[in-house]
Amino acid sequence: MSPRRLEFLLLLALIATAIVAVSLGESPLSAAQYHQALTDPVSAPGEVLWTIRLPRVLMAALVGAGLGLAGATMQGLLRNPLAEPGVLGVSATAGLGAALAIAGGLAALPGAIEAAALAGALLAGAVVVGLAARFREPEVLILFGVALSAFAGALTALVFNLSPSPVAVAEVLAWLMGSVENRDFTDILRAVAPMAIGAGLCLYAARGLRMLTLGEEAAQMSGLPMARLRVAAVAGSALLAGASVAAAGVIGFVGLAAPHLVRAAARDDPARLLRPSALAGAVLLVAADLAARVMPTEQELKLGVVTALFGAPVFALLAWRAARSWRS
Amino acid sequence: MTAVWTIEGAKARRGKVLVLDGASLGVVPGQVLGVVGPNGAGKTSLLRTGLGLMPLEMGQARLGGRPVGDLNPVERACLVGYLPQERRLAWNLPALDVAALGAPDLPPGEALTVARERLERVGVADLADRGVLDMSGGERARVLLARLLATRAPLLVADEPVAGLDPDAQLLTLDLLRAEAAAGAAVVVTLHDLGLAARSCDRVLVLDHGRVAAEGAPIDALSPEVLASVFKLDGALIETSTGLVVAARRLTTLSR
Repeated sequence: MSPRRLEFLLLLALIATAIVAVSLGESPLSAAQYHQALTDPVSAPGEVLWTIRLPRVLMAALVGAGLGLAGATMQGLLRNPLAEPGVLGVSATAGLGAALAIAGGLAALPGAIEAAALAGALLAGAVVVGLAARFREPEVLILFGVALSAFAGALTALVFNLSPSPVAVAEVLAWLMGSVENRDFTDILRAVAPMAIGAGLCLYAARGLRMLTLGEEAAQMSGLPMARLRVAAVAGSALLAGASVAAAGVIGFVGLAAPHLVRAAARDDPARLLRPSALAGAVLLVAADLAARVMPTEQELKLGVVTALFGAPVFALLAWRAARSWRS
Repeated sequence: MTAVWTIEGAKARRGKVLVLDGASLGVVPGQVLGVVGPNGAGKTSLLRTGLGLMPLEMGQARLGGRPVGDLNPVERACLVGYLPQERRLAWNLPALDVAALGAPDLPPGEALTVARERLERVGVADLADRGVLDMSGGERARVLLARLLATRAPLLVADEPVAGLDPDAQLLTLDLLRAEAAAGAAVVVTLHDLGLAARSCDRVLVLDHGRVAAEGAPIDALSPEVLASVFKLDGALIETSTGLVVAARRLTTLSR
């Protein structure tokens, strides 16, 4: 399949999923109500569609695209199909930032949690960018990322441990599970800027990711400014992952699974994989959020829970199929 | 003729181990230089320090007359194409795309044209659309050789380009590199097969413990004395109707 055709099909899938996701929800609407919503946006059904569901769907698409693009970039940079944004420790530090903000009683301030999460992600991103400029080996980044993740996880646990109020603990937990409910257009606008910069950096690094197919040394001798491209890839995916966690909490598996869904169609090319991965991530997260909303559960399911519940078995299946093809 | 690549008095360490202890190298256009030596003699380290991939403790490496450290990535890539020993590829890209990675300086369409021509030259044009991880090791090695040729650089450096290849592919690889030299390029290859080095290289550089043990025309550099002192072989180069061969046996006997 040509890259353009693949992207076009994914875009169609995204639009279709988004239309379904805006149409369906917890409160079913009648045909007359749909008609009213379309003709009169400020009516009650219009309110449901355009100010409750639409921003939520847009946010899911934005976060899914960010995670998918960050995942594809990380996999290309680390030359490892198991890499995802969380590998660098960015998600964990963003979670820590949010936990600190909530435990510190800043939850009432609009944007405070998001800012704290983004600050945490950027701090981790800066550390990893420094390491990426210094060390060429992907293993080094993975090891430091694992250490950073574990450390941030331990500090988040410490926040739980020392938190005097169970309410704060519950709030942090709920936030860490990831969700895009009750988002409005202001939230989306806040997330767009860091995501756009992150996406730009990742797409700029694309040719470097493709060259890395040959290994570190051949890439270094290729004439491409590999040091700069490497830093762009790390900074870009850190920004994307950080902005995603800031906007929607910690959502697993999308960054890992989205590139795998389109890998074969993109002929395994880490550069051609980037935009399709973003689109696939958006489709996945919009669909997952729709599932979370329409599933008849007493408590609405958290988005991070849904992606993990569905994502983990699907990912195991993909890994199984990939392992079979590697063996042959 | 002026050398396109020189390394003088190279001293370098990997970790704490001294891997280069004053080795030098020089190659001129039109020439195939073979670098030989036992495992651990410093062949790969010599190439890597010379290309600026590994720091030199002492000595100097010059590419196109300029210290290699002064060159930016684009300038360096214009002067030299490098085929590392490591042939592991991360992703299953089509062979054509891999070969095209040799020409990132060209617009994508032209790079593909160059890549297609080089795949043809190494004899795997029919595999252009095949994923490189779905190939045999020999086929993949040819694709990577095509990638090296696609760099169109005046100096081609290949680290063990024939390791693991069948005899025909070994000879083909060196014939292709010889053809590049005939067309004006300078070529440096590391080899383990002394017979292949003797018949395919204009000059041979024998490394031992990070030092140059001998250098010159194959027949001189691979003298019985060098074979004995460096390679622990009792033997000699013999001229046959198809070229030079090495006849040798181990000097050290197995202790029981």
